[in-house]
Amino acid sequence: MTDQAYNFAYLDEQTKRMIRRAILKGVAVPGYQVPFASREMPMPYGWGTGGVQVTAACLVPEDRLKVIDQGADDTTNAVSIRKFFQRTAGVEVTEATAEATVIQTRHRIPETALSEGQILVYQVPIPEPLRFLEPRETETRKMHELEEYGLMHVKLYEDIARHGEIATSYAYPVKVEGRYVMDPSPIPKFDNPKLGGNAAIQLFGAGREQRIYAVPPYTQVVSLDFDDHPFVASKAPHDCDLCGASESYLDEVITDDQGSRMYVCSDTDFCATRQEAGHHGRLGVPQFSSKKIAKSLEGFCAAEGVTE
Amino acid sequence: MYVAVKGGERAIDNAHAWLAEERRGDPAVSELSLAQIRVQLKLAVNRVMAEGSLFDPDLAALAIKQSRGDLIEAIFLIRAYRTTLPRHGASNPIDTAEMAVDRRVSATFKDLPGGQVLGPTFDYTHRLLDFKLAAEGGVGPVATAPATQGPVPHVTEMLNRDGLIEEAPRDDTPPPDLTRTPLELPASRPLRLQAITRGDEGFILSMAYSTQRGYGRTHAFVGELRIGAVAVEMEIPELGFAVEIGEIEVTECETVNQFKGSKTEPPQFTRGYGLVFGQSERKAIAMSLVDRALRWKELGEDFSGAPAQDEEFVLYHADNIQATGFLEHIKLPHYVDFQAELELVRRLRAETMAMREAVQ
Repeated sequence: MTDQAYNFAYLDEQTKRMIRRAILKGVAVPGYQVPFASREMPMPYGWGTGGVQVTAACLVPEDRLKVIDQGADDTTNAVSIRKFFQRTAGVEVTEATAEATVIQTRHRIPETALSEGQILVYQVPIPEPLRFLEPRETETRKMHELEEYGLMHVKLYEDIARHGEIATSYAYPVKVEGRYVMDPSPIPKFDNPKLGGNAAIQLFGAGREQRIYAVPPYTQVVSLDFDDHPFVASKAPHDCDLCGASESYLDEVITDDQGSRMYVCSDTDFCATRQEAGHHGRLGVPQFSSKKIAKSLEGFCAAEGVTE
Repeated sequence: MYVAVKGGERAIDNAHAWLAEERRGDPAVSELSLAQIRVQLKLAVNRVMAEGSLFDPDLAALAIKQSRGDLIEAIFLIRAYRTTLPRHGASNPIDTAEMAVDRRVSATFKDLPGGQVLGPTFDYTHRLLDFKLAAEGGVGPVATAPATQGPVPHVTEMLNRDGLIEEAPRDDTPPPDLTRTPLELPASRPLRLQAITRGDEGFILSMAYSTQRGYGRTHAFVGELRIGAVAVEMEIPELGFAVEIGEIEVTECETVNQFKGSKTEPPQFTRGYGLVFGQSERKAIAMSLVDRALRWKELGEDFSGAPAQDEEFVLYHADNIQATGFLEHIKLPHYVDFQAELELVRRLRAETMAMREAVQ
């Protein structure tokens, strides 16, 4: 079957219209999970089918698309999704956060601040923030209707009683515009402060669970906490070893079997841009592109193979 | 590894090429044709059609070949294809009383109008490996009998005439479409049946089995199990009448369940229903047991907390494409979240260690 056999951006217009309606409803009721008739996509559930459907419904031929997974443009699934839209929509793609009109992401919010007119699409595995406290959808929907979030606060309180702090490090629950408690998708809690007051439209798609929700631009988003235990956005206490950034989220990379580690920005575009601007960290080489640095490291990391 | 994540595109292309080579296997062995799969692995084809929700033996055979015999993967291929197809309309309900039966058995009556027809069944075979098949699979001439003439009435209809079984009045309300509207609970019976018929055979089987072992027991008898071809008719608005557009093979199972009555219903037999594409007996029987177990509320029975009675549990977990996707996605990169967890555990450990040292 040729690619022309499919409509622009894969989904038929009927389906896109249905998804756009759900998106509009989501934008109108920030943080509310809108049920939508999710389709089977040509990639498995769990690979970002919700995000892909939302992106497909948003794309127009003039768009410039960026796809990241774990903050990186070149992880296998990001590559695969980007290829899918190049093939079915023929849109331009980019790795530069500032140049993209639509960004589909899994597990991260880009470090570079987003601007008006940009759309950030999140892939969501479990859209229900209350799911692990109450497994029944019929119950959790009722809890949202009644704004009954006591259970969540009890859970956070129990964390503090047991561990001295809230032991949730990612998918940290937030409250949107003082109404709905929302799962921000499994982003590290480091990213939570970027959710609120963001200039971009943030759309969340959960394919398997058939839910879409949204945070419109400049919406108030508050991470749940207590007055005496305020929310803290945390990251590894290091600087990036390649670009020297102290304020970006870091991945820890094991470099040998003796316990040696390096820390690098999880946002590859952010890191590369900084290096091109002349910044460098502990292991970075000034005025080298990230690709060259990666190559120069290949020798002592080759044993790791190509596993993701 | 920072280096390892580079070159994802090339890695994907090479992996696909390797997969294609593995699928073909040793080129010295002749390649499987779709016709061979369709004809000789018919029950696998049937399962892929049933759980893929698409009656097309040729495409199902292609999916099985492409998936190297992984039936869930084949079902996934069919589902992803099916979802792109335009909807031209809905057929009239099929009439299984008019089925050209290949097999029709009742466990509740020794003989009945239309007769018992064993058909091509494994039921009474001795499960001994037939080593002759390893060499040549030729079969000699098979005895034939004239086809049964006229409609084969349903056992439940005969019981119904005596008022012994619950009424199942004809209902022409258009059923909801699980593939076009999001699942919302509580679900109607037609919606539940849709979900179960495309649900994973293993899951539905285990749910049904659990009711037999006491988790939501419904005392089922197979009133009737029939397999055969039925005509599919569609109303053509321009013509003003229905025309036959094709024929599909289905398996239908109706169970007759003991029922001692409840606050709302008198003592009578009740029904469980199963209908599956192709010859899929295990699935059809299991489906009818699960259907019956899920009907506890409308029959005024107690909810015993059994998984098979729990609509939300059954419907949310029956789909193997959803299940396998979510299960297998945990092999995708999660290092951002894992990093966050690492930092948390390190911090919590540091605090605990500091406290221990302070105590010593």
